[in-house]
Amino acid sequence: MSEPVLSVRDLSVEIPTRAGIVKPVDGVSYDISKGEILGVVGESGAGKSMAGNAVIGLLSPPAHISGGEIWLNGKRIDHLQGEAMRRLRGKDIGMVFQDPLTSLNPLLTIGDQLSETIQTHLPIGRREAEKRAIAALDEVGIPGAADRIDSYPHEFSGGMRQRVVIALALCAEPSLVIADEPTTALDVSVQAQIIALLRSLCRDRGTAVMLITHDMGVIAEAADRVAVMYAGRLAELDTVRDVLTRPQHPYTDGLMASTPLASQGQTRLHQIPGSMPRLTQMPDGCAFHPRCPYAQDKCRSAPHPTIDGGRAACWYPLLQEAAE
Amino acid sequence: MNAYVKIKGLTRIFDVSKPWLNRLVERRSKAFLTAVSEVDLQIEERTTYALVGESGSGKSTIGRMLVGLLSPTKGEVEIEGVNLATETDVAKIASVRSNIQMIFQDPFASLNPRWRVRDIIVEPVASKGEDTNGLAERLLEQVGLHPGDAGKFPHEFSGGQRQRICIARALASNPRLIVCDEPTSALDVSVQAQVLNLMSDLKDDLGLTYLLITHDLTVVRHMADRIGVLYLGRLVEEADPKSLFETPKHPYTQMLLEAAPRMDGFGREVDPPQGEIPDPIDPPKGCAFHPRCPIATDICRQERPQSRRVGDALVACHLAE
Repeated sequence: MSEPVLSVRDLSVEIPTRAGIVKPVDGVSYDISKGEILGVVGESGAGKSMAGNAVIGLLSPPAHISGGEIWLNGKRIDHLQGEAMRRLRGKDIGMVFQDPLTSLNPLLTIGDQLSETIQTHLPIGRREAEKRAIAALDEVGIPGAADRIDSYPHEFSGGMRQRVVIALALCAEPSLVIADEPTTALDVSVQAQIIALLRSLCRDRGTAVMLITHDMGVIAEAADRVAVMYAGRLAELDTVRDVLTRPQHPYTDGLMASTPLASQGQTRLHQIPGSMPRLTQMPDGCAFHPRCPYAQDKCRSAPHPTIDGGRAACWYPLLQEAAE
Repeated sequence: MNAYVKIKGLTRIFDVSKPWLNRLVERRSKAFLTAVSEVDLQIEERTTYALVGESGSGKSTIGRMLVGLLSPTKGEVEIEGVNLATETDVAKIASVRSNIQMIFQDPFASLNPRWRVRDIIVEPVASKGEDTNGLAERLLEQVGLHPGDAGKFPHEFSGGQRQRICIARALASNPRLIVCDEPTSALDVSVQAQVLNLMSDLKDDLGLTYLLITHDLTVVRHMADRIGVLYLGRLVEEADPKSLFETPKHPYTQMLLEAAPRMDGFGREVDPPQGEIPDPIDPPKGCAFHPRCPIATDICRQERPQSRRVGDALVACHLAE
């Protein structure tokens, strides 16, 4: 396989608080290749959005990258500050946020917003930029793009707005798009449209996509590989089919079993006892051990397990025998 | 089995007009939004009836009319055989009303942050002037929290724990019907499983009847005994979970099920559904679904279909078979 578009190595994010330093992202590593969709899944507070924001340099202080490296197309980007980072955003990395209404400027027409982005990043004139804007809207499936270019965001429905946001993220032809819960605010039928759109754009242009979501169903349909996060650490990382059908980490296993989709026909859903530990009160050893049905002494003592070449960050991964 | 709730021809129209001066200056007429349009349904005692639909389909409006937070524009709501709109006996209305409780979607917004958990939970009973000694502690234990939590404030709890507090509050007055409006939409998957299991247990232990309002088809399939699918304020299909999920009859239900993400749908190529929900202020003539329907014919554009029995299901479609 060729060199990955994005390569994150041992990334950690720290936030100093009164209760001490907390690590919302702790030693996370993954690659995304050209044309690949990497799903990042986890419950709220697992650090999945924080990891995405770290890549695009949108951590709000006092949160900061405290360790690790981020490489984009062979260039190291985790040190970049101010203007250099600003030029990278939009040009090399596009971003799609959850709520399409708050990520568009209500006072500018969508044509203005698109042309502004294009002109900021590409050396072309206003006319040419407008032409590109129409082409971009056309590409994301907005009917009558040439007529809608002078519309304001409020004149679009939720699904159409999210298409505009995707057009905005893609208009400067970035090599990586980070989509943070792009379909969570949308209805099921519109969600299916947006997923299909993301997938076809990714395939046609070879854009790498990091798809952050909590919805296992969306991951199953859209992603090629999936990274499961728990309490700021990677729990499991492999192809979607393997992780979802033969999970090796007990957390992934529990998560899968507790979705109503997976336990059809049973009267009770599988329950993971307890809840995710607070970042200020992280247990020693594996972060999942207090809730893990298979925990043993080794799990309770430091250091915590890492993926390290394998698939799951677990001392005693499930299904070992079956896999061999 | 007898019907605990009977809803007939239920309609709710909201006036969404601009203020009169704007209408005068801009020469606009009044605008009305039909949120719920002639819905008939019955909920059997000790069952879970689920209403599903996308945003704007009127599912929450029906729930609100059932508990009395909104009054119907037309139609009847009959609970325990008492028609709440026409009944004149105040004591009778009060006794029926105290048998209905509601759980809301957002456990962060539905608990008063300045009240202690004990006061929040006992409020439905205390407001009637009844004895609440030890009630909060007993209920907290019932929903899986610690009785000692009664003295705490809501901010000390996580989302799932707060939803348990909401459930405890709903149980305080010994209700028979609980309207659950998206009870787990704000929760994570593993917490959702805990809350759904708790709801099933309570239903069996206390003989509760649920009206479950949600957009999540997977939750519905797991929880419901009977499902009503809403589209633009109209009930388009009603069936039990097995026949609804295995042999959906209405084209909208078929589209919805096809579009829903599947756990086993690795790299599944679906033709995403075309179009979006039309503007409810100006709904399409005839069948509300016809502009998006793949099999629509002339009659669908002219005449609104009536609900009819097809197999095990009630379907409002001219062509379903």
